[in-house]
Amino acid sequence: MAKNIGRAIYRFLDERFLFSGLSAFAKKKTVPEHKHSFWYFFGGISLFLVGIQIATGILLLLYYTPSIDGAHESIQMIMSQVKFGWLIRSVHSWTANILIGILFIHMFSTFFLKAYRKPRELTWITGFLLLVLFMAFGFSGYLLPWNELSYFATRVGADIAGSVPIIGSWLKTLILGGPDVTQATLSRFFWFHVAVLPIAALAVIGIHILLVQTLGMSKPIGVKESKEIPFFPDFLYKDALGWTLILVLIGVVCVFLPWEVGKKADPFAPTPMGIKPEWYFTFMFTTLKLVPAHILFIEGELLVILGIMAGGLFWLLVPFLDRRAAREKRSPAFTWIGLFVAAYIVVLTVITYTVKKL
Amino acid sequence: MRRRSFIDVFFGGSLLATVAAFLYPVIRYVLPTKQTAATQKSVTAAKVGEIAPNAAKVFKFGSSPAVLVNTAEGKLLALSATCTHLTCTVRYEADSSTLFCPCHNGRFDLSGAVISGPPPSPLETYNVEVAGEDIIVSRKG
Amino acid sequence: MNKQNLALLVVLGCLGLPFAAFGQTNSCVACHGRLDAELKAPVDAFAQDVHGQFGLSCRDCHGGNPAADDADKAKDKTFKGAPKRARIPEFCGGCHADAAKMRSFNPSLRVDQLDQYWTSRHGRRLKAGDTKVAVCTDCHGVHGIQTAKFPKSSTFPWNIPQTCGRCHADKDLMAASKIPAGQLDDYKAGVHAAALFEKKDLSAPACNDCHGNHGAYPPEAGSVGGVCRQCHPSAGELFAKSPHKKAFDEIEAGECEACHGNHKITPPTNALIGTSEGAACVLCHEAGSKGYAAAADLRKLLDEFETRTAAAGALLDTAERKGVEVSEVKFKLQDVHTTLISAKNLTHGLAVDDIRKTIAEGEKALDEVNAAGEKALAEAKFRRRGLIVATICLALVALALALKVRRMGAKKA
Repeated sequence: MAKNIGRAIYRFLDERFLFSGLSAFAKKKTVPEHKHSFWYFFGGISLFLVGIQIATGILLLLYYTPSIDGAHESIQMIMSQVKFGWLIRSVHSWTANILIGILFIHMFSTFFLKAYRKPRELTWITGFLLLVLFMAFGFSGYLLPWNELSYFATRVGADIAGSVPIIGSWLKTLILGGPDVTQATLSRFFWFHVAVLPIAALAVIGIHILLVQTLGMSKPIGVKESKEIPFFPDFLYKDALGWTLILVLIGVVCVFLPWEVGKKADPFAPTPMGIKPEWYFTFMFTTLKLVPAHILFIEGELLVILGIMAGGLFWLLVPFLDRRAAREKRSPAFTWIGLFVAAYIVVLTVITYTVKKL
Repeated sequence: MRRRSFIDVFFGGSLLATVAAFLYPVIRYVLPTKQTAATQKSVTAAKVGEIAPNAAKVFKFGSSPAVLVNTAEGKLLALSATCTHLTCTVRYEADSSTLFCPCHNGRFDLSGAVISGPPPSPLETYNVEVAGEDIIVSRKG
Repeated sequence: MNKQNLALLVVLGCLGLPFAAFGQTNSCVACHGRLDAELKAPVDAFAQDVHGQFGLSCRDCHGGNPAADDADKAKDKTFKGAPKRARIPEFCGGCHADAAKMRSFNPSLRVDQLDQYWTSRHGRRLKAGDTKVAVCTDCHGVHGIQTAKFPKSSTFPWNIPQTCGRCHADKDLMAASKIPAGQLDDYKAGVHAAALFEKKDLSAPACNDCHGNHGAYPPEAGSVGGVCRQCHPSAGELFAKSPHKKAFDEIEAGECEACHGNHKITPPTNALIGTSEGAACVLCHEAGSKGYAAAADLRKLLDEFETRTAAAGALLDTAERKGVEVSEVKFKLQDVHTTLISAKNLTHGLAVDDIRKTIAEGEKALDEVNAAGEKALAEAKFRRRGLIVATICLALVALALALKVRRMGAKKA
């Protein structure tokens, strides 16, 4: 009975939206299956987590107040008085961190599998852009609870932006909406976080997914197997299985480790000891801290910032630089580069949290 | 029409249960319930006429105590009541028109400045407005 | 001499002026700076000295002629040299007791230190011929003197115990004057030291706040209470109205000091009241007396209240550990703590009814806190139960998906 109604609805919509072309394409879509195809799931997981962020973010918007007099208090209220507020907020905060972790895994798995090679260069570029956008989401969102940690982490982050050569101080003022972290900053970050970044991210995600759907999944160089499984519904069911398990993880972590409210930000208080930005920024932050004040005659900080910008540019353009992969040849040089970058990020992040005197 | 397999029924059923389990918190979250003011920027401290001249009332402002003073001339002043020495709650002393902290003899005048005793810094002052019957205290700036 | 030569002479003369200034050395500094250790010390220390900052130098205290290079010529008629120990107070007082002189340097500085000193035990014994007492330089230093407002100064509040202790904690030195030497250690074990050294509360008393500064003299039993009242007025008022006041006056026991001690003032826990070992009450009240019974009563009241307060705190901590937000409730618990302190303070007045009333108010607040705490624990349980339900649903979905995937795989094969 239900199936008849379903079919009738589908026919009604198909006559008006003309699905048939789309559904034919969808039915034909296949996904390669080989020993590395496990990594294919991380894109879908990222999308799923983005969906969770959008849903919980919209729910939080209902009770959050973006003013320095009410932001912290509204979070306090959400955590203690709104029904299931603790859950919505903890999911949002935890998923943000999990999402960025998954994005890094997704990025490195596509890197090592050389999925960026022709014709998928634009997929890589939009993907890297998405990583930057989501780190911006993380940075802007972190300030919104207006607690001690977020206030000082934002100050530290903006100071680093301010040391970019030439445009540094203009950039810092643009980010903060003034010379220091104030109401203007909170309004600005809120604007970024709920309007500008979501629109930008949705647009770039749209392009990214369009490319993935059009070009299909990339098969790693040298994989001989030709086994393919249909995307709908087989691969999707496997995807969904991963999503279900991630949901369980998020649920457990939110009940046993709810996100803290923290102390309300006090601009007149001295900076707490050991203040650092969120973990996904720490590899850059610690590099800045470890580099000596001067190397030859160039300021150490400047060198690091230029290095990071150069490194980012290199990473962005990898599809065009890896000529061997473009010719479907193995390119161990880039694999080694990737390993070095991954190791660097991991080691510096670990150092930030383990070495006491930094 | 193929008989729906057990697996499909099982799948559909568990999916429905999960959706319900997720929808329940979201619906309860969205439905309004009575809750206390989210912002502690302003609080109705007292009603007009509640405090006699040269008397005061301690009330909760945000997460700490504050004091609303009605001076002998009838002026309304509000300050933080947390002594800046060791956080005891100060009280209004009518015969000296000062705020006195019983713990270590700290004394503040009605502008919050320290007159004597160990407190290292003045008491924070707040804005007072009268709106009809209510006396509303809010943070400055 | 023609015009040109005259001009040249004037120019050279002008150029020579700076060299003339060079010639105006402070020979004291120049000479002593080249000597070793003991004789060089004044030069090194004086760089930090507050007198130097006011433009004073060796000559202003010691006399002599700093312009003379030769040591004998420098130590001319006006040279006073280092004063003898017994004359040091008058030496310093030469300026510091002269209001007109001090006005030109710092008009707000007191000028009665010398007068006060002569009333002190140190001053009196010095006059009687005992030079083994503190004089100005023992506390303030000699050439590197800094004001008491400067944190590194030997007279800055948190350095004072150490400064006094240099002599008063020296057993051998004190034995000669038949004074015990345990005060510094006692003080360090007490609450005032903790406030001063750990909390950095500069209003906490050091030696001088109770004993006096320049006029230091050990307070008599009768006056100790007056000293404590400076910061602890409510305890003093309550005590004055209590039956203890008359009794203490009769036996000439020191107010405050008899129960709390003088140097080793330990945190006033409930153990100070009651009939157990270490309680102050049993120092006077024997078993079976009315006082003894009252002490036991009070102790029971306070202990019960304190235990209930601690239990409430533990309840909230458990709820917080389980992830429930309890900061509003913790705020209410703070009120209860204030009530507890208020009740403990009321024991100075011995009005048991007042104490019972205060505790009753506290108990009411505690009931609210406990109710909120239980609600928080219930919330924590609800969350865990909800998680189990959601996890079971998700597990079922995962199982269904796994079966579907397996079925598809089997179909393909």
